[in-house]
Amino acid sequence: MVETHQHRIYGFALSLSGNPADAEDIAQDAFIRAHRALAGYEPQRVRELKVSAWLHQIALNVFRNRVRRKLRETVPLDSVAEPHANGLGPDELHDLRAAVHRLPPRYREAVVLRHVQGFNYDEIADVLGVPAGTAKSDVHRALAILKEELS
Amino acid sequence: MSLTDQLARLGEVRAPASLLPAVMAAVGTAAADRYGRLDDEVWPLWIAWNRDGVSAVMRADVNDEAAFSGWFRREFDRPLLRADSVPPALTRSRRYDLREVTAFERDVLLKTAEIPRGQVRTYGWVAREIGRPAAVRAVGTALANNPIPVLIPCHRVIRSDGVIGNYGAGGPEAKREILAREGVDPVEMERLAREGVRFFGSRTTHIFCVPTCRHARRVQPQHHVQFHSEAEARTHGFRPCKVCRPAAA
Repeated sequence: MVETHQHRIYGFALSLSGNPADAEDIAQDAFIRAHRALAGYEPQRVRELKVSAWLHQIALNVFRNRVRRKLRETVPLDSVAEPHANGLGPDELHDLRAAVHRLPPRYREAVVLRHVQGFNYDEIADVLGVPAGTAKSDVHRALAILKEELS
Repeated sequence: MSLTDQLARLGEVRAPASLLPAVMAAVGTAAADRYGRLDDEVWPLWIAWNRDGVSAVMRADVNDEAAFSGWFRREFDRPLLRADSVPPALTRSRRYDLREVTAFERDVLLKTAEIPRGQVRTYGWVAREIGRPAAVRAVGTALANNPIPVLIPCHRVIRSDGVIGNYGAGGPEAKREILAREGVDPVEMERLAREGVRFFGSRTTHIFCVPTCRHARRVQPQHHVQFHSEAEARTHGFRPCKVCRPAAA
């Protein structure tokens, strides 16, 4: 499971957090939680699991918890927002990645799931726990903001 | 390039090489038990194992896969994953995960695991060897609940009166079958026990053994002697064998 999904989940965590070190921590934590959760599932439930969406959901929860903790620790998110050259993918995308990271979390999560991770709206609705229509409008709102920022 | 195309490229990253080992270390590489089918023992077996060793065994010729995995989850309340193959060194390692049994049961099972192939001991022998000489019936109960039959050879423990004793993995008939395959003659063994013969001795060495001890079997017929009790053997000046330990030294 880890081997198959590590790059996608790491990519997801990187898009959310904008920081390779955080992304690795989030991905690691997500896989550990997933592993523990699987241990308690009935075989039937394991078979029916949509593993990729489920892992994204766990990674998202880990990310949200960390944000909440970081805010409490008053480490401003901006301090980790500046992209570094290492581990951030194609260089020319730095501006885009930074812009994604500046999006409000709600829009960021939706647009990353749709356009970076490639889920459809029904899947996004499941992962985020919101109606598909809401997910769709969040994605469009995010795209509009990004266009404005990058123009 | 459109904005959505660029966004799609944001996902084109590789996880750092440190991620996988870190996760594996945190969850333990073999945290979940795995199981498979083993076909090179006396009967085909379902066998489960984890990083501590073999954790469970069940006959695969009389129990289907669902029966085994269902029993495992009920018995141990932990996940069980099907493995592609059983590691070849698994049974040879003689390592067992006995965390779910009591300390007494563990003593009984590990002592039983020492009994060599082709030999048998009595419940009383196991009880004495683990320092609980009065706990003969409890030894029987512990062996009846052996989670790793065949590999932990509870079939090599019999009653001292010659009754072969019950066997969880298929009853007395199965116990005779597996003992016979290991080179024990169950009919002869039961006959001797019924006649009250408990020990074999050698007139040349003045050592007495349990009848299936490999040293007892090497004694020449003209030097062979039989005893009904430890007291009788000692009266004749015999001492217990240090290998099969038929009596306290």
